[in-house]
Amino acid sequence: MATKLRAQTKRRRSPTSERRSVQLLMIGIAVAFMAVVLVLPLYAVFHEAFSKGVWAFFAALGEKDAQAAIRLTLLVAAIAVPLNVVFGLAASWAIAKFEFKGKAFLITLIDLPFSVSPVISGLVYVLLFGAGSFLGPWLKGYGIEVLFALPGIVLATIFVTFPFVARELIPLMQDQGTGDEEAALSLGANGWQTFWRVTIPNIKWGLLYGVLLCNARAMGEFGAVAVVSGKIRGQTTTMPLQVEMLYNEYNASAAFALASLLALLALVTLVLKSALEWRFGEEIAAGDH
Amino acid sequence: MSAVVSTAPRRAWSFRQPSVIPGFGLTLGFTLTYFSLIILIPLIALAVRSAGLGPEGFWKAATDARVLGSLRVSFVTALMAAGVNVVFGTLIAWVLVRYRFPGRRIFDAIIDLPFALPTAVAGIALTAIYAPNGTVGVLFAPLGWRIAYTPAGIVIAMIFIGLPFVVRTIQPILEEVSHEVEEASATLGANRFQTITHVIFPSLMPAILTGFALAFARAVGEYGSIIFIAGNIPFVSEIAPLLIYIRLQEYNYVGATVIATVMLMISFALLFAINLIQAWSRRRYGYGN
Repeated sequence: MATKLRAQTKRRRSPTSERRSVQLLMIGIAVAFMAVVLVLPLYAVFHEAFSKGVWAFFAALGEKDAQAAIRLTLLVAAIAVPLNVVFGLAASWAIAKFEFKGKAFLITLIDLPFSVSPVISGLVYVLLFGAGSFLGPWLKGYGIEVLFALPGIVLATIFVTFPFVARELIPLMQDQGTGDEEAALSLGANGWQTFWRVTIPNIKWGLLYGVLLCNARAMGEFGAVAVVSGKIRGQTTTMPLQVEMLYNEYNASAAFALASLLALLALVTLVLKSALEWRFGEEIAAGDH
Repeated sequence: MSAVVSTAPRRAWSFRQPSVIPGFGLTLGFTLTYFSLIILIPLIALAVRSAGLGPEGFWKAATDARVLGSLRVSFVTALMAAGVNVVFGTLIAWVLVRYRFPGRRIFDAIIDLPFALPTAVAGIALTAIYAPNGTVGVLFAPLGWRIAYTPAGIVIAMIFIGLPFVVRTIQPILEEVSHEVEEASATLGANRFQTITHVIFPSLMPAILTGFALAFARAVGEYGSIIFIAGNIPFVSEIAPLLIYIRLQEYNYVGATVIATVMLMISFALLFAINLIQAWSRRRYGYGN
């Protein structure tokens, strides 16, 4: 029966699809475009990273400044991502579990950092904490450096990764409604028990998805961090900034070696993200990714 | 917050609807505080700084020849890149949703690469490819065409970072377009081409416009992936975010603030336009992001 049907569809094209030759042509154009625009740059990173051999690659990664940059990048992400996770959970709880005035406006506001240029995200902190500002000299009086130091880099990173977790969780938790939580509360659970034992298990895959995207951006942010870091070698250069410095010093193979680590991070992020989508598609969200 | 609501007599207007779920005050309070500290206050600092210039001073700084030149470069190249992305992004979304071919899932996953790959890494990779001795650059060099270090290079980088915005906006809408309307169109005598142009495309139009606006907004603000490939010649290939960065390096905070304010006003206008398109699309077609 099935083979008979397939034979029929083979003979006569369905009125709601295109001729196979047209399909093949369109697939060909799309694949060629994706290969040139997306795959080629990825290939180039690894190709250039090993252009001077495996030894040069590992030597570049073993360099003192490169090691410092890797440590700083991990540290910044380790501070910025958890803060944005806490914010994402709080915002999605308030927005998804309650009805209040101005909710739609609040959702738009949360996405705001996405429409701000990364350079401007850094600039606002320079204006707030730099020379000629009120806060900068005042904090300096207490020995706290914000600009050209770790706090500035963390702040700029939080700014650009601000929406990631929240925008993953809000649609997911809105979809799930409040039924499970109301049931838990009516059975005698308190608020925290409800949150940890009911809500978190419900949203764990969506949360992980948001954390993945947030982390990738936090570790890879360039423009905003470039503005606030001051680029002090070995102290305030994150991995992307170190890549830029090496590249501008015509040390391309070392720049690409460090860049290949970031590209690897991007690939791992994509693989995990796709795995989550395929395995837990329903539990991640009716989101737009 | 919850105490206020529960003790107050029933009123016609209330900020939020009553609910048995706890934590509204805590989560909304945290959300608003965190948002204010990280996003709102820094942006207000920017606005205050530029308001301090007075309308005349602001206008003078904003219409400086080099500023206008950089804005023109940014907007013209971003328009071109968004145009290319709309054409190929729509085609790719169509191919990924409608057709089956080997490697489809891998290509579907790799569309998100520009979200995951740090911009500085993309920047140096694209430069390596499109430089006169690079994989693609070498093909065009004999023709006397230079891509890297010209505005064409800027467009290439913007195409890279903007592509996922278009594809990911159109994909879910294309999946929702019901087969019944296509069948109805076919039974009413339309050929496949007419069905696509008269039935499918009108319902995709809001998504295509949104994708265009998102890709355009991202391209205008982009910094990391462009500065390596652009050449950065004032009036020719110097983008506005780079000029902000240069002004900051010169400690010309006023100059940087003015360019940033102009760019922010334009991106917020774009954001508003995107919201309008989506509201219109929801009313007209019953779906949207």
